[in-house]
Amino acid sequence: MAIKDKIYNPEMECMSREELTKLQGERLAKTVKLVYDNVPTYRERMDAKGVKPEDITCLADIVKLPFTEKTDLRDQFPFGLLASPKEKIVRIQGSSGTTGKPIVSGYTEGDVEVWTEMVARALSAAGCTNEDIVQVCYGYGLFTGGLGAHQGATRLGAMTIPMSSGNTQRQIMMMNELGSTILMCTPSYAAYLGESIREAGLVPGKDIKLKAGVFGAEPWTEEMRKQIEELLGIDAMDIYGLTEIGGPGVAFECFNKHGMHVNEDHVIAEIIDPITEQQLPYGTPGELVFTTITKEGQPMLRYRTHDICTLYNDPCPCGRTHVRMGRITGRTDDMLVIRGVNVFPSQIEGVLVGIEGVAPHYVLVVDRVNHTDTLEVKVELTEEMFSDTVSHIEKIQKKITEQIKSVVGIMAKVTLVPPKSIPRSEGKAKRIIDNRKL
Amino acid sequence: MYIKQISVFLENTKGTLHEMMQLLGEHQINILAISLADTSGFGIVRLVVKSDDIDKALKVLADAGDMARVNDVVGIRVPHQPLGLATVLGQLDAADISIEYAYSFCRNTSDDAVIILRVNDAVKCAEVLQAKQVPLVAQADVDKF
Repeated sequence: MAIKDKIYNPEMECMSREELTKLQGERLAKTVKLVYDNVPTYRERMDAKGVKPEDITCLADIVKLPFTEKTDLRDQFPFGLLASPKEKIVRIQGSSGTTGKPIVSGYTEGDVEVWTEMVARALSAAGCTNEDIVQVCYGYGLFTGGLGAHQGATRLGAMTIPMSSGNTQRQIMMMNELGSTILMCTPSYAAYLGESIREAGLVPGKDIKLKAGVFGAEPWTEEMRKQIEELLGIDAMDIYGLTEIGGPGVAFECFNKHGMHVNEDHVIAEIIDPITEQQLPYGTPGELVFTTITKEGQPMLRYRTHDICTLYNDPCPCGRTHVRMGRITGRTDDMLVIRGVNVFPSQIEGVLVGIEGVAPHYVLVVDRVNHTDTLEVKVELTEEMFSDTVSHIEKIQKKITEQIKSVVGIMAKVTLVPPKSIPRSEGKAKRIIDNRKL
Repeated sequence: MYIKQISVFLENTKGTLHEMMQLLGEHQINILAISLADTSGFGIVRLVVKSDDIDKALKVLADAGDMARVNDVVGIRVPHQPLGLATVLGQLDAADISIEYAYSFCRNTSDDAVIILRVNDAVKCAEVLQAKQVPLVAQADVDKF
């Protein structure tokens, strides 16, 4: 074990379960009152269930509360779910598409502070101190990755390099010249960097001073962890988060690397049966549901992530008492995470039906080539699209590619296939072929 | 005045051109001219067949699930010698007509070369060629090849 795990906030992170349950109950009651008084959507839903804020007095009462979905954030875009007045909001973060309805989350100064500490805890667990040089290669912008990582590293007093994403040669040059010790990016980019470093003839441990990496924003495997650790000569740690709940740092790994500690003093994690919506015990896989209990700007009650995982509460040798979430093993819906971007087949379908002459017969093929996710959209050719000239067909192909980029935020390869070649199935069509080995 | 060309969409996978040729051949359709446009993602096959074979070819292709369509292209007869085609292209260029693509017949009934031109403006192209007394080849001529 090369890294030195340091617990950033022992008082909170190592609190006894009894105390934590009490704290969560108090904070939950306060959050419920806040949203009931300020957010019409929550008030209507609680009223519909016959639940009043005073009915929520302890953690166990959480099951009385209604669920929240991603569609609620879209429907209430941009400010419909704010529980604080706009003048208290100091930050907006959100999803990356440039058209279509995005989702955004408003943060108060206090929310940014909580988020910052959550990432600082994750970095501290990876051994980060003020002596470290942290290279952030997550994109900076609406996406929470870049700024979230940046704030956390700055909080620890580390020398923070806001590289943002892309330009691998420049990333490696800075890493080499500045002597970066901690890397923050997606795991697939970390693997790609590792290979590029070796191709450039640089030697990890000598030319590259990295000792640890905190990687997230997309699912990865133990095999990939080993590969990254060997390529870069580092400890590779997992971090989890989502914009709706506050961004990266909702959960993070300690040096034991056996699941991510959920920052339970700020969020309540539940596992439910996605069909019956009943709470499931620790150790049982199911759908992960989060409730924020310190957020002021845009709190979330029982937000359904649709991620499938398991929560573990057996004692962790690191001393942290917060429950750990295992790797995300799937989704309860058809959402895809491609290069860290959430993609729903319905978004692609929306693009296709919106272009004249294009029919919504399509299949999405996802793969991972050289550690980078690829999306291929196979679209059936129609009479209107076909012509004897290549330029006419390519023009439509380009239009589809551009609009997908604009709506979803990622570059897809659009392939035209013969008419009727995509199987028409009864009921739910099989729209996704995911060839990634995760 | 024009030649009827059949265009067929081809998926860019192994064996698709062969399959299509096999299919047309089995239905006794002979191909008088062929050109294949390939891009990284798909292909377009352009064919000229005898008038009697056009509808048959379209039906056979449609039955096989292929996307096909017919359009007019310009056919010209040029001397089979250096600068034979260049001279005509120079005249079209001077008249601001641009060529999308061109190909030639496998054989014809003369010692000249017969070239198929797909241009941005077929009507204007035919006018220019007639004015310059370039012999045009129509579908009726092709039937004798």
